[in-house]
Amino acid sequence: MSAPPGLDDAPLLSARGVTVTYGRRTGCRDVSFDLWPGEVLGIVGESGSGKTSLLGALSARLHPAAGSVRYRDRTGRVADVYRLTEPERRALVRTEWGVVRQNPRDGLRLNVSAGANIGEPLMAIGARHYGAIRAQAADWLERVEIAADRIDDPPAAFSGGMQQRLQIARNLVTGPRLVFMDEPTGSLDVSVQARLLDLLRRLVADLGLAAVIVTHDLAVARLLAHRLMVMQGGEVVETGLTDQVLDDPQHPYTQLLVASILQV
Amino acid sequence: MLAGYNFAYLDEHTKRMIRRSILKAVAIPGYQVPFASREMPLPYGWGTGGIQLTAGIIGRSDVLKVIDQGADDTTNAVSIRRFFARTAGVATTERTAQATIIQTRHRIPETPLKAGQIVVFQVPIPEPLRWLEPRESETRVMHALGDYGGLHVKFYEDIVRHGRIVTTYDYPVLVNDRYVMRPSPIPKFDNPKLDMNPALLLFGAGREKRIYAVPPHTRVKSLDFEDHPFTVERWDRPCALCGAPDSFLDEIITDDRGTRMFVCSDTEYCRGRSAAKAGE
Amino acid sequence: MEPVLRVEALRKSFTLHNQGGIALDVLDAVDLTLRPGECVALDGPSGSGKSTLLRAIYGNYLVSSGRIRVTHKGAAIDMAAATARQILDIRRHTIGYVSQFLRVIPRVPALDIVAEPIRARGHEYESARAEAERLLRRLNLPERLWHLAPATFSGGEQQRINIARGFAVAYPVLLLDEPTASLDADNRRAVQDLIGEALARGAAIIGIFHDAEMRARVATGTYRMSEAKAA
Repeated sequence: MSAPPGLDDAPLLSARGVTVTYGRRTGCRDVSFDLWPGEVLGIVGESGSGKTSLLGALSARLHPAAGSVRYRDRTGRVADVYRLTEPERRALVRTEWGVVRQNPRDGLRLNVSAGANIGEPLMAIGARHYGAIRAQAADWLERVEIAADRIDDPPAAFSGGMQQRLQIARNLVTGPRLVFMDEPTGSLDVSVQARLLDLLRRLVADLGLAAVIVTHDLAVARLLAHRLMVMQGGEVVETGLTDQVLDDPQHPYTQLLVASILQV
Repeated sequence: MLAGYNFAYLDEHTKRMIRRSILKAVAIPGYQVPFASREMPLPYGWGTGGIQLTAGIIGRSDVLKVIDQGADDTTNAVSIRRFFARTAGVATTERTAQATIIQTRHRIPETPLKAGQIVVFQVPIPEPLRWLEPRESETRVMHALGDYGGLHVKFYEDIVRHGRIVTTYDYPVLVNDRYVMRPSPIPKFDNPKLDMNPALLLFGAGREKRIYAVPPHTRVKSLDFEDHPFTVERWDRPCALCGAPDSFLDEIITDDRGTRMFVCSDTEYCRGRSAAKAGE
Repeated sequence: MEPVLRVEALRKSFTLHNQGGIALDVLDAVDLTLRPGECVALDGPSGSGKSTLLRAIYGNYLVSSGRIRVTHKGAAIDMAAATARQILDIRRHTIGYVSQFLRVIPRVPALDIVAEPIRARGHEYESARAEAERLLRRLNLPERLWHLAPATFSGGEQQRINIARGFAVAYPVLLLDEPTASLDADNRRAVQDLIGEALARGAAIIGIFHDAEMRARVATGTYRMSEAKAA
């Protein structure tokens, strides 16, 4: 496992005053935070809280109306994501980031084999050896607990949980440093969720990944995130260590959220 | 020449527009240049792009050869050759070595080309990424970013399913180490001829309104995997007529009992070789 | 010897916004100093804020006012004012916490739970696991349970996993909340030995021990919680 970073490392991702609007409607307003390598930040809130807009702005898919998103790449260079040229931005997303969508069908090619799905990001960054690509795909299938003999099957035939695990493999095969996830277990059954969360936990720890995870499920946040931001009505109402925010919530909305969780 | 028509059918302004597109295409090898494709006296799908290219560049002293699937005497080749004979009054030929402009559908002649010759290819679908991405806006960005990983996905799948890459014609190529291009539905056998050819190669798609080019002596590499390199078709016998061991052969059924023979698809090349042999 | 932990004028109150905004004052002006080799037992009736104090020191609860100064990597840091990142680092290296109840994560086997804090400090999986096995053996947790997730274990088994996890790393400061509540005599003795060894190597411990005998054996001092002021 990679050693945890020193405290004097520079942040990996910095958001300042990020505001997303849709015409006169506000998606999210004035969001600022720093994220360090190896840290997982959970963004929690209910529908309409602005968390999805925020994730879109952070992951270079939604141009914010105001504010900036800065990322420090492997060479140490800090780039303002929205000041990059389109080719630079795409290269960044391709080589340093991963984006895991809630519905795995949005993040996969359903009619192409599982192996090709995992291999495509490698081919996109120039891999040209079939045997090596296939070997890496097989390795990742094992890591996400998909049977090796499914490598040539198209994911259209997979269960939802398998599709989601395949999407994760497809995103991690290029060795990104930062992964954005939108409700990664949102479309899965509870028993399947547990397995996926366990996988995510281990991968994040083993690979030293930084991640921004949007979820409405506080249990998922508790399990995966080091820090939490609670959003309501487009604004961040509370932020802090995950266990502190969930065990000692300060904001009325956070207290309401925590108190609303049903016990099994 | 027909009275009342422009030289080679198109007006001079249109030719200028086409030549500007050609110049841009030559300046950026393999890049698809949009052009204002005109209405031609034959429908889309019959070579309107090629004809516009030829009409744009042909001059009184040019000698034109037109082939279709390698043969000078197929219906379309005959029609197009006659079209230019009537609208431009230019000399025409079947001899590859004598032609200054060769318009072709689906083959490159076997006779090696020379500096100063121009080959005009008829292209149905110019966009190599169209099967992967239906949006034109998106494919343009993919070309701009050199985003060609998805193309190799198809090859990967071929190897998974068939053990080898199964594309056999219109096989995508990387031009000048930059743009991926469809060389028109020529058999992959002809792809090596594209590489470092002394002739100028022009490609026209009339319906899709695109012109692209490979200037003389340009690197053209067929896409493949390092461990599944590009290979061409081979036959286990020579041409039945002229004995050529290394030309592209067509399979011809000669009677109702299924008797077949393999002969050069390039009829002029075959005739030339047969004549040379007979003269020996 | 220099104190490793200094709690100064610590106040903690909870405001329940969704219940009319009532405020509960739980901690009022707590002052406590801890030196290496000391084991302070928190003394007070139920509701006097013992667990709250431990959680506040660990950063699990925010403080309303006051300071919690801990010596972390040679420098003094106030937990009450530290950033989330600093607190995470302090938890990784300096302060360990054994809570009353094991928080169970589905599918993670007991051994991995115990090994996790060792791995969080960058150690290899194999050596972390070996140390986890050693601790579980000491706490008499049967080997057949090591590779199972503890969701179905008894309270005593879960508590022993919790304890093993807390002692897996040689923290300078250890916070123990009822470490032996569900344990039998043998295991209580094992925990007592672990505490003794930790103190001997210079750790400083604050503990809540309802078991008077345990308290008598390990505590080097007592801190009496004052009654909370009525809201």
